[in-house]
Amino acid sequence: MGRPVEHKLTVALAGNPNVGKSTLFNALTGLRQHTGNWPGKTVGVAQGQLDYRDTRFTLVDLPGTYSLKGTSPDEQLAGDYLQENQADCTVVVCDGSCLERSLILALEILMRCPKTVICVNLMDEAMRHGISVCPHKLSNLLEAPVVFTSAGKGEGIPALLEKIRETALQMPKLSLPCWDDPISAAEKIAGECICQNPDCDQSFRRSVDKLLVSRRVGVPFLFLVLLGIVWLTVWGANYPGLLLQSLADYGYGLLSGWATVLPGWLGGLLVDGVYAVCARVICVMLPPMAIFFPLFTALEDIGYLPRMAFLLDPVFARCGGCGKQALTLCMGLGCNAVGVMGCRIIQSPRERLNAILTNAMVPCNGRFPTLILLGSLFFTGSGSALVVAFCVALGVVGAMAVSFLLSKTLSKGEASTFCMEMPPFRRPRLGQILVRSVLDRTVFVAGRALLVAAPAGAVLWALSNTGLLKLVADFLNPVGLFLGMNGVILLAFLFCLPANELLLPVILLSITQAQSLQAVTGVGYALLGSFFTWQMALCTMVFTLFHWPCGTTLMTVYRETHSIKNTAAAFILPTAAGMLLCTLLNFFL
Amino acid sequence: MPLEMGLDKLPLGIPGQVTQMAENMPLTQRLNQFGLVPGTRICCRYRTPGGSVTAVEFRGAVVALRTRDMAAIRVEV
Repeated sequence: MGRPVEHKLTVALAGNPNVGKSTLFNALTGLRQHTGNWPGKTVGVAQGQLDYRDTRFTLVDLPGTYSLKGTSPDEQLAGDYLQENQADCTVVVCDGSCLERSLILALEILMRCPKTVICVNLMDEAMRHGISVCPHKLSNLLEAPVVFTSAGKGEGIPALLEKIRETALQMPKLSLPCWDDPISAAEKIAGECICQNPDCDQSFRRSVDKLLVSRRVGVPFLFLVLLGIVWLTVWGANYPGLLLQSLADYGYGLLSGWATVLPGWLGGLLVDGVYAVCARVICVMLPPMAIFFPLFTALEDIGYLPRMAFLLDPVFARCGGCGKQALTLCMGLGCNAVGVMGCRIIQSPRERLNAILTNAMVPCNGRFPTLILLGSLFFTGSGSALVVAFCVALGVVGAMAVSFLLSKTLSKGEASTFCMEMPPFRRPRLGQILVRSVLDRTVFVAGRALLVAAPAGAVLWALSNTGLLKLVADFLNPVGLFLGMNGVILLAFLFCLPANELLLPVILLSITQAQSLQAVTGVGYALLGSFFTWQMALCTMVFTLFHWPCGTTLMTVYRETHSIKNTAAAFILPTAAGMLLCTLLNFFL
Repeated sequence: MPLEMGLDKLPLGIPGQVTQMAENMPLTQRLNQFGLVPGTRICCRYRTPGGSVTAVEFRGAVVALRTRDMAAIRVEV
């Protein structure tokens, strides 16, 4: 510390997906990432800074790629960056437990970038698998510096920094090495440097994998995992939800006191409108999300998600999709906007579009409270998680049915192929899970929701205080009744366009005719029971599953597809499905 | 006497070597990037209950493919 910065260097981290590149990045920069680590072009790559001795490094975390000639947008970004030689030094991160494959990319990069350091990561994992690598041989054969690291444990980081600094400040090599065929060269080099301990048994790892995809164990286990996640999210969100609610009430008291200095209407607008709605949205959405996303990220970290996609691919293939759609639907349980963004992992454009358009059909956890409350009109006690689980299943079936119809009509075409890497199981790193899920996902989503909830709060307040709310509800009543609901509920759904968390608050506000949301918390919920008939509750639950996606999701669909037509389709498809189902339900009940 | 067959017919756990891959297919290009080319040693590891998806291991990595698509890859045992 305190040493003046003499050199400023840009260092690019490149490597195959899932070789611990981000872990290394975080180990180097100490989690001082200044953007969320979303893969892809629109958000860009993660950058971080660190000072080492007299040098300030700017690290660029490129998306994972298998080859410089990759075809997906993520891979092209990484390829372009490396082709243009923008960095002072390139670090190729290799997987020590799967070195041969990692070396193909390493050779491609060595042939283009004169200042390259080879970092063989995951050495702890390689050791567990009985693999040892000779660093001197590898360095000689590659004609480049080689460093071994175990980024998860922080081993080898200082040595890596020293090598990067040394390489970047050297004169560049005059001639670049050349391998005619990187694939067979990688095979040869790996063969000479790697020593596999014959005593180390691979059969345990393989039998765990076999068990996890078997009919007897794997399939029930998959359902248990999904049910467990939903249950933990629903049950666990109760207590922090109550705590946040009392905090919000306290804040309301304080703010109303301060607002007396403002003109009456402005105070009402800001405190009863904007604050009350924002507080409600946060109270409802934050706890389940703060539970769901770490759980989901943990599954991601362990490596269970690819097994899930593997098991579910046959089911989705029949609906014209692929197993990866199961993962994006699962992400949609947390937030549909995140799920839509996650569709980038699907290579085939046709299947990716289907997955994007149907994602909003699985309920995000902003809709869980509505489903639980309405479900509690039918079931009491611990049945609520079951109600949610049933609704999730219904949503998934709906998404699959619409995908099927789409693949037969609008997005007809060749059934595409499915190709997915199955990484070995890894021990989850708790710290990283929390940081990644809370910072990258939860805060990101909550921030977006607040952005839309604040103006919605103001409008809601203005409407309810001028009596317009009732007027609009009366106007919508015939349509609502036709769909098995009523005008008030339909109006509430319209208000859900900014955020689905608003559904119950708007209904409460309408039926109690109260001035502010804050006033209706306790008594209001008792009123709901007498407001809903069971047919109405059922139709509302169905419409909660299938209606227009929230504004954030629609914005994300537009950003991901760059097409107004597709955004409109994302709006219309679930709405049409919901209207059809509700009309049918209303007709038969 | 080497026995040649489609990769989809290769029994689980039996190592083979790729002899030929259908050209001009998106899957072939993708697999080439993964390092699967003629000459690569390959082994099928596990399947889904219906058998329609198979996990194959090559170059130390495991990749899941649809069994139907694997017919385009010829292997010899």
